Amino acid sequence: MNLEEIQRAVLGVIQQPLTASEGMRKRTLDGKPIKKIVDAIIKPNDRLTSFERLEIYNRVYWFRLISSLAEDYQGLHSVIGRRNFEKLLVAYLRDCPSESFTLRNLGSRLEVWLRDRPQFAPRRHRIAVDMVRLEWADIDVFDSDERPKLTEAELRNLGDDPVFHLQPYLRLLDLAYPVDDLLLKIREQQEQQEEQEKDIASNVVMEREPHNRRKRFSLPRPKKTYLAVHRQEMNVYFKRLEPEAFALLGALQQGKHLSEAIEASVEWSNRNVTHVTGNLHGWFANWSKLGWFCRA
Amino acid sequence: MPANRFNGYSEYGVGIGLRIPHYQHIFEKKPVVDWFEIISENFMVDGGRPLYVLDQILDRYRVVQHGVSMYFGSAEPLNREHLRRLKTLVKRTKTPWLTDHLCWGSVDGRYSHDLLPMPYTFEAAKKTAQKIREARDFLEVPICVENVSSYAEFHASEMTEWEFLTEVVEDADCGILLDVNNIYVSSRNHSFDPMDYINNVPHERVAQIHIAGHSKFEKYILDTHDHAPIDPVWKLYGKTIELIGPTATLLEWDDLIPSFDEVHNEALKAKKFQRVKPPAQSGDAAPISPYAKSGSYVAEKARI
Repeated sequence: MNLEEIQRAVLGVIQQPLTASEGMRKRTLDGKPIKKIVDAIIKPNDRLTSFERLEIYNRVYWFRLISSLAEDYQGLHSVIGRRNFEKLLVAYLRDCPSESFTLRNLGSRLEVWLRDRPQFAPRRHRIAVDMVRLEWADIDVFDSDERPKLTEAELRNLGDDPVFHLQPYLRLLDLAYPVDDLLLKIREQQEQQEEQEKDIASNVVMEREPHNRRKRFSLPRPKKTYLAVHRQEMNVYFKRLEPEAFALLGALQQGKHLSEAIEASVEWSNRNVTHVTGNLHGWFANWSKLGWFCRA
Repeated sequence: MPANRFNGYSEYGVGIGLRIPHYQHIFEKKPVVDWFEIISENFMVDGGRPLYVLDQILDRYRVVQHGVSMYFGSAEPLNREHLRRLKTLVKRTKTPWLTDHLCWGSVDGRYSHDLLPMPYTFEAAKKTAQKIREARDFLEVPICVENVSSYAEFHASEMTEWEFLTEVVEDADCGILLDVNNIYVSSRNHSFDPMDYINNVPHERVAQIHIAGHSKFEKYILDTHDHAPIDPVWKLYGKTIELIGPTATLLEWDDLIPSFDEVHNEALKAKKFQRVKPPAQSGDAAPISPYAKSGSYVAEKARI
C-alpha cells in the first residue's frame, strides 16, 4: 500500500460511527470487516491489538467532533432533547464529514442537512431548523469581516438613489419561531450553571462544560420573526426588525439601489409605499448608529 | 540551539500558550512573559474579537504561531485556502518562525481534526518534505515541524520515528519543534528509550521545545495537556537542554487550565534547566524507563 492508500483506509475506519458502548465497530457501515482492514495496516504491541490501537483514534475522532458541535449548538440540544441531539450529531457527521481545516466550520452544512431530515427532530422540525440557522449565524457573525463605517458626512453625500453597502458581518434571518429569546434564556441558564461550577472548584478554570445536565425550556409558539444578527463592540446581538425593514435590508444586501429596495420591500410586505417611506428616516438613522453601513 | 536560522536567530526564553481563561488576567495585570504561542487556526478569521484580542497581545508581547491542521504528512496537496489565510496571519503577527505537526489528518479534503501518526516510509518522508518546502516558499517564514505523540504504528514503516523526522527535516531543510512530552509518551506507548530519540535527531535544527502533561491509562498513555509535566518529562527536558543548549521553550496546558500564575510558574521551571551549560558531548544519558505513547492534541476552535 502506498501512503495515500494507507491514509484513505485508516481515515475510513476512524470515521466509522462508534458502537452503543462507544467502541469501534466490527464491520464498516457497508459491511467490511474492520479487524481485517486494521490488521493489515497497524502493528499490535504487547498490550494492545491492532484493532485496539486504532480504536483509540476512532473514539477520539467522535468525542472531539461531537463535543465541538455540542458546544456550538446548545440551543438545538435544548429544542430536541439529549437523545435526539446525540443521534442527530452522529448522523450529520456521518453524512457531512468535516471539509474544513477548522472546527469552526463543522456545523456549516447542518441547516441544509436538517431541512431534508425531519426524522431527526420529531415534532419539532421547524423550530429546530430555525435554531440551527440562528446558532450558525451567531458563529459566523462573531468573527466575520468588518469594514470602515460610513460617516454622517459620507452618508449625506451618497446622492439621490444610492447603493448602500452593508457590513459583511450582518446576517438577516426570517424565522417561523422566536428562537432568539429562547437561545438567550438557554445561554443565561448555562452561564449561571458555569458560575456555580466555578464556585464549587474555584481553583480550577474550566474551558468546557459538560452537556448532560440541562434544564428543560418550554418551547415558544410559532411567531413570524425577522431578525438581524449583528455585532457591536465585538459582541454578537440579535435585533428584531419589522417585516418591511427586513425586506428593505435584504434588498440592499443584494446590492439594489435605494429606490429598488423600497419597491422590493413594498412588494414583498404588501404594504402601502407610504408606510415604508414614512419609516425610512428612523430605520436608516438607527442602522447608521449601529454602524451597518460601510464603505465599499 | 539558542538561536538558529530555523527560529529567526532569536532567543525567546520560556513562554506559555495564549488561552482564553487567562485573557482577563493578562489584560488587567500585564504580566511579564517571554512570549506567547498562539494556535494559528483560532485567529485565521476575517475579523471580530479574535483579531481584536490578538492585536492587543501583539502590542505588548512576542508571539509565535503554532498550527494544528496543516497536515504536511497527508498525501493530498496543501489546502490553498488554509495557506492564504495563514499567510495573512503571519503578516499580522510577524512570527519569527512557524510550527505545525509532522503528521497527517485529511484525505480527499475530509478532515479528522486529529494529529495522526505517519507511516515511517521513504515515500512519506519525500512527499512530506516537498509539502513543507512548498508551504515555506509560500509563507516566507521559517517552518519547524513537531513530533506528535502516537498510539499506533504501521506495518509499512521502514525506519524509526526519529529517523523519519531526520529524513524529513533534512530533505525539507526545515527546523524541529521538539516536543519532549510527546517523545516520553511515545516511548512508553511503543517501548523505546526516549534518549535514543533525543540523541539521534539533528540538534542543530531544533528551534523550539514543547513540554506538557499527559494522562496514564492501563495500557497506554494519552497526551492530554491537562496538568503539569511529570518529573520524568522535566528530567528528559533537562537532558535535552544539556545536549542542544538553551532553547525557546513552551509549556502547553490546554484543558483543566488553572490560573495564569500557576501555568506561568510551572513553565518557568524550564529556566533552571536552561542555566546549565551544555557539555561538549553527551550521548550516554541515563535512559528513562520505557512505557507507551499516545497522540497529542492541541485545543483548537476558541470562542473568545
